[in-house]
Amino acid sequence: MSRTDLGMPTVRPAYGHGHITLDEPFPDSARTQLGNAQMRKNIRHATHSIRAKRARVVDELPDWQRLRAAGSALKQQVMADLPALLEQLEANVTARGGVVHWARDAEEANRIVTELVKAKGVDEVIKVKSMATQEIGLEEALNAEGIAATETDLAELIVQLGHDKPSHILVPAIHKNRNEIRDIFVREMEETDESLTSEPKDLAEAARRHLRERFLRSSVAISGANFGVAETGTLSVVESEGNGRMCLTLPETLITVMGIEKLVPTFQDLEVFLQLLPRSSTGERMNPYTSMWTGVTPGDGPQEFHLVLLDNGRSAVLSDPAGRSALHCIRCSACMNVCPVYEQTGGHAYGSVYPGPIGAILSPQLTGVEDGANGTLPYASSLCGACYDVCPVAIDIPSILVHLRDQDVQATHARKKAEKKVPVPSQMDLMMKGASTVMSSGSLMSLAERGLPVGRLLAGKDAKLGWLPGIAGGWTDQRDVPAPPQESFRHWWKRNRSGSGQQDAEQTTTSEEEQA
Amino acid sequence: MNTAKDEILGRIRTALADRPQPDTVERDYRRVSEASREQVVEQLVDRLEDYRANVYRETAETVAARVGELLTDASSYVVPSGLEASWLPDDGGAPEARRLTEPAVGSADAGEERRVLSTRELNEVSAVVTSSTVSCSETGTIFLSGRPDEGRRAISLVPDHHICVVPLESVVELIPEALERLEPTAPITMISGPSATSDIELERVEGVHGPRRLDVILLG
Repeated sequence: MSRTDLGMPTVRPAYGHGHITLDEPFPDSARTQLGNAQMRKNIRHATHSIRAKRARVVDELPDWQRLRAAGSALKQQVMADLPALLEQLEANVTARGGVVHWARDAEEANRIVTELVKAKGVDEVIKVKSMATQEIGLEEALNAEGIAATETDLAELIVQLGHDKPSHILVPAIHKNRNEIRDIFVREMEETDESLTSEPKDLAEAARRHLRERFLRSSVAISGANFGVAETGTLSVVESEGNGRMCLTLPETLITVMGIEKLVPTFQDLEVFLQLLPRSSTGERMNPYTSMWTGVTPGDGPQEFHLVLLDNGRSAVLSDPAGRSALHCIRCSACMNVCPVYEQTGGHAYGSVYPGPIGAILSPQLTGVEDGANGTLPYASSLCGACYDVCPVAIDIPSILVHLRDQDVQATHARKKAEKKVPVPSQMDLMMKGASTVMSSGSLMSLAERGLPVGRLLAGKDAKLGWLPGIAGGWTDQRDVPAPPQESFRHWWKRNRSGSGQQDAEQTTTSEEEQA
Repeated sequence: MNTAKDEILGRIRTALADRPQPDTVERDYRRVSEASREQVVEQLVDRLEDYRANVYRETAETVAARVGELLTDASSYVVPSGLEASWLPDDGGAPEARRLTEPAVGSADAGEERRVLSTRELNEVSAVVTSSTVSCSETGTIFLSGRPDEGRRAISLVPDHHICVVPLESVVELIPEALERLEPTAPITMISGPSATSDIELERVEGVHGPRRLDVILLG
């Protein structure tokens, strides 16, 4: 009934929603986070350690750049051929005894999973850490229907028991130290008491005891997927602790939620990604455990398997040629570990399950730049390019950030024009227009540069400008502008190098221009 | 019929209206090893020990005694029915551990000592002995794929101690060489050391949910 546009091309992309929308502008949430000294210390330690480990194991491989190029090309191929590959995956999963479901958005995916769990007549499930299920808020949806979902990854368990939010894709509880974790365990786990120490070894043991019984008794597990192979219908989960293997092996029913971009065309293609992912992610040559399964194997593992293919804004990302490569992301988190912004603010400031540089391009594209404060995310970067350098599938994050800033400006203009609130052109427009006129003309630029000594005077003894008028003040709220030089390079050059030396540089310029 | 599927595929086709041309996939990364057999085996040992697995070099004559010794502390252990019998200690001799043999996947139980164990029973078993399909030395990864001498996935997961036999001829250097030797649709488990976590202050802790003790016997 709701589809009245049958047969018509979609004009507006179908955006996604869920835990991918920032409630307050990034600068505001960042400012709040900057006040959390413990978090900043932990994040700094984590990003620097993983960064160094990654560099070591990446340098070990003589063919890293070739693997990276292959990874990038494979993902381009996946996107270009997505409809056919998805149908191929569906056919192969179905042929091997699995059931494939399609979910347009978060609500539909949550509804499908909830109904599948209810049909099994259980009120608890075990979960493997998965970005897709966090994105759609599956846990809350299950809870609302009276189903408890236990996170089994240690860090996710810490976050869940602490009623907290993940702050990093790979190590979601990195903002908590061992004493905080110990206190959460003592408070929330019935198996522990005050005798629990804060040694990581003892905390891991406590988690093992807490979860073992749940692994043994649960009949339904929910996972995400790192890769789905179209050619064979094979799915794969990459992990460290063995909680993934437990969930993928012991229960009778397995439900996997996978973003439609997680495909690879052939089984052979895994040879590229299984080298790129662990080294980029944890800085290990290989993660301890990787599981692969294809539909149902009689006598081994879950005998009922459901695969939920999730769009939730991914097709909207795909519709923008300048931004679609954000879908190539394999969720390694290398970009956040090298990002000078993430290192200071931590993951919570990004207000989405996808933090850091990849979050700054993925969240606003999944939801559209106008959703919530997501239009502020593309500015959460100094455009230094470190993220691009480490990305295992060579996503040009800085270019997409600039592209999205443009989208945000366009959207803001359109909105203000529609609301007729602010006169168009704005202060920014006038400044940009002025700069454009001055910078396009050598003589105007030369004239403007004569004003440099004034700036120098204003900067005073500390040679810094701490305040600029108008909207330029937005820049100086956060930073000082260094005092301008005594004269511009243009003037210096003309005075010292052009003409016959003795002649006055200004006069030479004037006479040359007159001749021209 | 399936409107969600039709709509998603429709959205994607619309999104791809500009017909993007992907780069050609160049497989010019290393796909064939140039290392000698000794180098490859040496590298595998180095990687496994780096992951804190215990590594032993044995021959057909010594392997059973080694398995027996490794089972010293075990009260029971499970093996898949297809496991080479000569790798295991004699029933009459040491160790005292009770051996449970799982029948081949899909076949019927045959008595108390030869049946499929429930998950809870498996949780009471001290150890498991399996073979393996292929191992990659560059990453220190052992692949199991549910073959008769490896058994179903649960037996190499639930017991806390995994003794894994790696025949030397199954060791390759590179990931592409290893994947070529696998049946893609088999249930595959890649194991690179015992289970581990670095979730608390990035301090590595060996052993969370998977077997906390991994003994690897290189055979041949």
